[in-house]
Amino acid sequence: MKPVQASASSGLWIGALVDAARKLDPRRLIRNPVMFTTGLVACVATVLFVRDAIGGAPQLLFSGQIIVWLWFTVLFANFAEALAEGRGKAQAAALRHTRTQTRARRLNRNGGDAAFTWVSATELRANDLVRVEAGEFIPGDGEVVEGVATVDESAITGESAPVVRESGGDRSAVTGGTRVLSDWIKIRITAAGSSFLDRMIALVEGAARQKTPNELALNVLLAGMTLIFILACASIPSFAAYAGGQVSVIVLIALFVTLIPTTIGALLSAIGIAGMNRLVRFNVLAMSGRAVEAAGDVDTLLLDKTGTITLGNRQAADFLPAPGIEARELAEAAQLASLADETPEGRSIVVLAKERFGIRARDVADLHARFVPFSAQTRMSGVDLGGGEIRKGAVDAIVEYIKAHGHGEPVPGAVLEDVERVAKAGGTPLAVARDGRVLGIVHLKDIVKNGIRSRFAELRRMGIKTVMITGDNPLTAAAIAAEAGVDDFLAQAKPEDKLALIRSEQAQGKLVAMCGDGTNDAPALAQADVGVAMQTGTQAAREAGNMVDLDSDPTKLIEIVAIGKQLLITRGALTTFSVSNDVAKYFAILPAMFATIYPPLAVLNIMKLGSPQSAILSATIFNALIILLLVPLALRGVKYRPAPAASLLARNLAIYGLGGLVAPFIGIKLIDLALNAIGLV
Amino acid sequence: MTVNGWLQILFYCALLLLSVRPLGGYLHRLFAGERVLLTPVLGLIERGFYRLAGVDAKQEQGWLAYAIAMLVFNLLGFVLLYAMLRTQQWLPLNPQQLPNLPADLAFNTAMSFTTNTNWQAYGGEATMSYFSQMVGLAVQNFLSAATGIALALALIRGFARKSAQAIGNAWVDLTRATLYLLLPVCLVFAVVLIWQGVPQNFSAYIEATTLEGAKQLIAQGPIASQEVIKVLGTNGGGFLNANSSHPFENPTPLSNLVEMLAIFLIGAALTDVFGRAVGNRWQGHAILGAMMVLFIAGVAAAYWAESAAPNALAHFDAVQATGNLEGKETRFGIASSALFAVITTAASCGAVNAMHDSFTALGGAVPLLNMMLGEVIIGGVGAGFYGMMLYALIAIFMAGLMVGRTPEYVGKKIEAREIKLASLAVLAAPLAILGFTAIACVLPAGLKGLANAGPHGFSEMLYAYSSAAANNGSAFAGLSANSVFYNVTLGLAMLIGRFAIIVPMLAIAGSLAAKKQVPASAGTLPTDGGLFVALVVAVVLVFGGLTFLPSLVLGPIAEHVTMLAGSRY
Repeated sequence: MKPVQASASSGLWIGALVDAARKLDPRRLIRNPVMFTTGLVACVATVLFVRDAIGGAPQLLFSGQIIVWLWFTVLFANFAEALAEGRGKAQAAALRHTRTQTRARRLNRNGGDAAFTWVSATELRANDLVRVEAGEFIPGDGEVVEGVATVDESAITGESAPVVRESGGDRSAVTGGTRVLSDWIKIRITAAGSSFLDRMIALVEGAARQKTPNELALNVLLAGMTLIFILACASIPSFAAYAGGQVSVIVLIALFVTLIPTTIGALLSAIGIAGMNRLVRFNVLAMSGRAVEAAGDVDTLLLDKTGTITLGNRQAADFLPAPGIEARELAEAAQLASLADETPEGRSIVVLAKERFGIRARDVADLHARFVPFSAQTRMSGVDLGGGEIRKGAVDAIVEYIKAHGHGEPVPGAVLEDVERVAKAGGTPLAVARDGRVLGIVHLKDIVKNGIRSRFAELRRMGIKTVMITGDNPLTAAAIAAEAGVDDFLAQAKPEDKLALIRSEQAQGKLVAMCGDGTNDAPALAQADVGVAMQTGTQAAREAGNMVDLDSDPTKLIEIVAIGKQLLITRGALTTFSVSNDVAKYFAILPAMFATIYPPLAVLNIMKLGSPQSAILSATIFNALIILLLVPLALRGVKYRPAPAASLLARNLAIYGLGGLVAPFIGIKLIDLALNAIGLV
Repeated sequence: MTVNGWLQILFYCALLLLSVRPLGGYLHRLFAGERVLLTPVLGLIERGFYRLAGVDAKQEQGWLAYAIAMLVFNLLGFVLLYAMLRTQQWLPLNPQQLPNLPADLAFNTAMSFTTNTNWQAYGGEATMSYFSQMVGLAVQNFLSAATGIALALALIRGFARKSAQAIGNAWVDLTRATLYLLLPVCLVFAVVLIWQGVPQNFSAYIEATTLEGAKQLIAQGPIASQEVIKVLGTNGGGFLNANSSHPFENPTPLSNLVEMLAIFLIGAALTDVFGRAVGNRWQGHAILGAMMVLFIAGVAAAYWAESAAPNALAHFDAVQATGNLEGKETRFGIASSALFAVITTAASCGAVNAMHDSFTALGGAVPLLNMMLGEVIIGGVGAGFYGMMLYALIAIFMAGLMVGRTPEYVGKKIEAREIKLASLAVLAAPLAILGFTAIACVLPAGLKGLANAGPHGFSEMLYAYSSAAANNGSAFAGLSANSVFYNVTLGLAMLIGRFAIIVPMLAIAGSLAAKKQVPASAGTLPTDGGLFVALVVAVVLVFGGLTFLPSLVLGPIAEHVTMLAGSRY
């Protein structure tokens, strides 16, 4: 994962500046009610200014400066959005390059593989068959229908190691824009018009961005606040007239623009785009912003045991000898029996024996041994050494074996107790026998991934329930669940059980996230509110999920949840900040506005600002500059720490609520000092 | 400020808080359709009403049907009252031979009483016949209060129900609120008031000769029965012009206490009904907590402002010692007068036991601000509750985002639709208050009604429209509001202030009821604790306060600072 560096190229900045000007187009501005209103009043103020300038009215320097800062307010908002989009565009440009260059061998409907036409990748339709050979780019998303090939998917995953793609099974999906390294494959194109790559490009550029539900609601609230402040400001001239004074239009406009929530209004879309970009940088592709937001709301997380919670395979953890047998003897026998066993379990026994007792793996040839491979009938494997034989296998299989070959010696009770104990602890007991006599038990256990326990604790602090899905029996599942620290488990799970679990959680009003890769996961992925499909998975799974993880790392769900939450927190924090700012702005502008009418009102000028004009100008300048100052925060997102909601709220309220109350008092005062020092007013 | 004064205030708060749980429990069971104490007595009558009206009590309504039922019911009430006021001369029970009301005053009064405002552009004893008072005004006092209670219940059901289409039956809610709550409580309280000396008769006015030999006409009438619903239903329209400062409406400190309690009684209990309905009573207590914080702050400010001698009078020793007693009744004193003023404006009651116009600039600003905030501090029966819930929704939305989840309140996700409707409802008060004040303060018709110039005159207009839009009904006096201009514009302000909130609020209830209930987790923002209370208080002040700050600066604040500077108008 490489963070895109925002400051890397000056081109990015210049591009954003150009875009900021281009976004002044009213048709684009109207999507953002707050900034549209600001632009509108800036226009009115400009027209009035021109009229006054021609008429030679006084105070042109003051109103001119106000107008300049009003336009800056709008431009800064556009700049924030352009900068957020620009960062995505840099990523997209590289992707698009491969897309437009690609040509495809489209196979003719009735001909064999020999009959094909060269077409541009953009001309392909769904269900077209194409053949891609070594060194060529895959022209679109599809499913391998024939052949096996190694594919370089680094263009989208950033992972340089090639992956195998073959027809059938769980590794049949290919992605447009990736390159075949060896051999050839025949692909049925599944998504022609908007391939995966296209969607990715559109998403990172922000072009296809639709407002998410919470963003829509926030926009409504901001529009409502704007309306309220229109009422508050529009009634002032008449109030002032009653008191025998008057308020100039430019001052009224300055008050209005500083009161409406311009700060959050300006940064709202930048926050949304930046959230998407963060996800892309985590190598996760969200099919919609809605899904990202839903991730923040997730109540229940379903995780497959294998690969997510535990390492892929069981490993030997302990040797439990039968009474009268040395542990070393058991270890040695178990190692011998496993020397030719290439399964991960077998290899782990060899390793454990070496670690515990320093028994080195011997050269197989020197032993004159004959290895007995595992078979479904005997359910044992082992080795025959000149005269003696060693067997290892499931306990009941070894018991059978001893009955048949043994010397009438029953399996000792202590060994059976060990077996029981291992099973209860969630492990798998593997019995080892030599020459018809049980030597003891090897404890095979699922190894819970390092650090996973603390991650689940983190999730619990976020208020998310984790459920482990496994095919194991309930006893084993319970033990692993306890060790990993998940809240709940579903044992002996079949795909339809997963679906049922999701539905029952949803019926309780909870939002469920899961990840999956197989075709049989597709229904559950589609049913889940947040379904993360693995990039290595099948096309069916990828179509069903609403996000694709390009790294195929199931634990990434945790990051996705955090990104979703961060997106919402950033919006909420900046809204609170924006609204709290109003108090200070009132204290700056109201005394300046009304002190001519009732001079004693000057006591409200608690900041002791230089003059009425500098007070109004300072508030306007602060209002514009704060947007620029908060751009980095909007792009980076407010820091999110997993914690209970109440403490999160208390913390963010303290920073952005109280901070928003205090900061403008300081900022406006400083600007006022500077203005008076320079003599701009 | 004195210890005695604060003890009076604390004693009042304690009594109020003690009443919340028992009454909340009663109301909860009543509106859930369970058997309550009075069911054996009133059940038969209730069912009789339904049979007569052809209402199926089990048939519930969706929000739109509920809203239409309410609107039609209120429209009929308005038309009936208007007709009655225009014809009272020919109707019975008019021993003083009072004439028919002119059209504008009848419009204003009918609107005032159907919207639970009880703004009175007239003097009761000189304008209304006993028939108009009892059959017209008092009936609307009951019905507008019942309407408010029913609406609050509809919203509570919206929060409490899961994936439901209906939010209750408007007719059933209205009937139960009137029959099981308002009437019985009124009966008990009226007897208490009669015991304290409030008249209850149909006598003609008594002509008395004073010690100086002057003639005085002493008003009579069925005052006690009307007095109770005036406070219990947060109506506030007095039988007599002097309202609760008149010894016949409010003769003793005890009757004063009873009236103050009655004003907050139902509004406070409704928060508990909410808590019970959503299965966590602390949810209700948190809302009540936010209300009480704002209430105590208001009382403290008003009491402080009234206790301090106003600067202009500071050289009178008597004023120094007593504080500002102008316009107050000595049998109540400063503490109880400040307390009453804050209660009556926090709730949308509008009854007064002192003249708010005579309050100091800052003391008078507290009632003004209470009304501008939308009467959400306990508030009008029902109306205060649903008004506060609108603020709570906005608070939840803004802050809820800050914990990284789609905001949810008592298990309901708050989304674009709710925010849209809540914003619309919150817009109603500024529109009516600021819009009409802006018009009145530049039109000759508006300025003609002023008794004072300068910032105080401005406050008078601002107060009138705030009172109307918030459906409060208290007057700053000073303003001669019985003119065509004020009758019409104030009537419209009441209309906007009531129904522009009710309709979106019911739509929110419907939309909430249809939602699933999300179970709470560690990631859910807790809404039953101190943090949430602080948040709601902040949002009420920011949303309500910031909008009106320019007008407050030009009114009470300008009056205060210019008074300190020695200028008077």
